Amino acid sequence: MTQLEHSEVATDPGTRPALSLSGVTVEFESDRGTVCAFRDVDLTLRDGGFLSILGPSGCGKSTLLRVIADLVQPTAGTVSVLGSSPGAARTARAIGFVFQDASLLPWRTALQNVALPLEIRGAPRGGRTPAELLELVGLAGRENAFPHELSGGMRQRVAIARALVTGPRLLLMDEPFGALDEITRERLNQELLRIWQDTGTSVVFVTHSVPEAVYLSEQVLVLHAGPRGVRALRDIPLGYPRDPAIRDSPEFVAVAAELRAMLG
Amino acid sequence: MTTERPPERTRPKRKRTGMRKWLDPLIVVALLLGLWEFASVRFGIPEYVAPRPSVIAECLAEESGVLLRNLVPTAQASLLGFAIGNGSAILLAIGFVHSKRLERSVYPLAVMSKTIPTVAISPLLVMIFGSGLTPKVLIAALICFFPTLVNMLKGFESVTANEVELFRIMSASRREVFLKLRLYKSLPYLFAALRIATTNAVIGAIVAEWIGSADGIGALIVQASFNFDAPLLYASMLVAGGYALLFFGAVGVVERIVLRWKPMGAVAVAA
Ligand SMILES: Nc1ncnc2c1ncn2[C@@H]1O[C@H](COP(=O)(O)OP(=O)(O)OP(=O)(O)O)[C@@H](O)[C@H]1O
Ligand SMILES: [Mg+2]
Repeated sequence: MTQLEHSEVATDPGTRPALSLSGVTVEFESDRGTVCAFRDVDLTLRDGGFLSILGPSGCGKSTLLRVIADLVQPTAGTVSVLGSSPGAARTARAIGFVFQDASLLPWRTALQNVALPLEIRGAPRGGRTPAELLELVGLAGRENAFPHELSGGMRQRVAIARALVTGPRLLLMDEPFGALDEITRERLNQELLRIWQDTGTSVVFVTHSVPEAVYLSEQVLVLHAGPRGVRALRDIPLGYPRDPAIRDSPEFVAVAAELRAMLG
Repeated sequence: MTTERPPERTRPKRKRTGMRKWLDPLIVVALLLGLWEFASVRFGIPEYVAPRPSVIAECLAEESGVLLRNLVPTAQASLLGFAIGNGSAILLAIGFVHSKRLERSVYPLAVMSKTIPTVAISPLLVMIFGSGLTPKVLIAALICFFPTLVNMLKGFESVTANEVELFRIMSASRREVFLKLRLYKSLPYLFAALRIATTNAVIGAIVAEWIGSADGIGALIVQASFNFDAPLLYASMLVAGGYALLFFGAVGVVERIVLRWKPMGAVAVAA
């Protein structure tokens, strides 16, 4: 595995896909034999694109994100992130990750949590300072609040700001709004689209919610239940910027119904 | 005629301020003391069994010079023992985290140090080091050592899978994971252990003084019981207890300052 310079991975937008997977299979070894998470996944995401992954619980969505982030080694297949291996992309800080539960460090204030990745040796500075990122996610004025003083939605925004602070070219999000109420979720969806267009980063977004996937994405990847891999890769025929009212448009409703039928 | 009860109102629970928090327990203590005083007089309980509170109070006032003079060496020994015992436990725990080999080779010894009862090892230490400060400090340190070591290790290991992944995504080194994650995770466990260590250190120092010491609260207790001086015995107990309580409170204050980010919650302690 070649150790790529940060510049080589991260500052070359447009020329190669943000993500390309071919024949990726993941199996977990356990005492009771091997468990297959998914099989033979092929996928390409354009640089700057927005892809959502839909699928029933346990179909391997989180595992797929972990493979891309170099947290899990695939059993078979090749993964390329921004033209290099996941490991090289990770050490170049080209990947930002937002966990399902914000995973903030409780002893750090919001601002200190956002700044954490910059304190790790060798971290590149993204285009924006931690304070600017907090403003970007709508938390100006709450810099000095500790996580337990913030609401769930606010914590999730801090986590997003943290993931953006090193200026990643690829943002991976594992059900980041899963625990939030409908209204907050829709507002954060809108903000996420704004941030996406603002930063130009590529996004892979895991969710259980069909409307959320349709509202956000250029493409939706639907996984089979059980270890069978990709069910469909569906383009969403809606342009950007998207107004929240688009959820009531016939195109939106039709695509959502189609995806819901696939999830069965 | 019926008395109308005002409708129950739910109010946001206000933090009890200094005075109020102490008032209720003080009333209970005052009532118990009153009952004790009354019962002693009413039933003629002899002084060597249980001296009346007023007699103990008198003794506390009269002998305050002697009591305080003897508190100094006990306090010294327990503070030094506290520092040494906990300090070495913390350092050793840090060593264990960084070297599994060190842990494998030294941990069994540490466990052994726990299995030998303090009361059994104390005479040995007094024999070796004489009746001065040294054996007291060692015994106090020995008592503090093991619970702090175990809790510190538990704290270092209390990182969650999510936290480990977060630091891996950031490509943090082992050193950075230690300094920015494990150290902080260990603090609540450390303070839980330190609070217990305060009273343990005082007990350690007093036990050492029982066995052989010219001065200290422990020596005073032994002397008072030889002389059937029950009021002095109780007064010594009170002074030792009061000091331990202060020590405990001081650690609590430091904890609240250091862990100010934490909505106070209990951490299970392995003792
Ligand atoms: N570390 C692991 N060891 C063994 N099996 C695992 C491990 N991680 C995941 N699995 C298995 O892989 C499969 C996919 O898990 P994964 O967490 O990726 O599902 P998911 O689609 O994210 O589900 P959910 O929507 O509930 O989050 C499951 O059957 C799970 O039991
Ligand atoms: Mg998941």
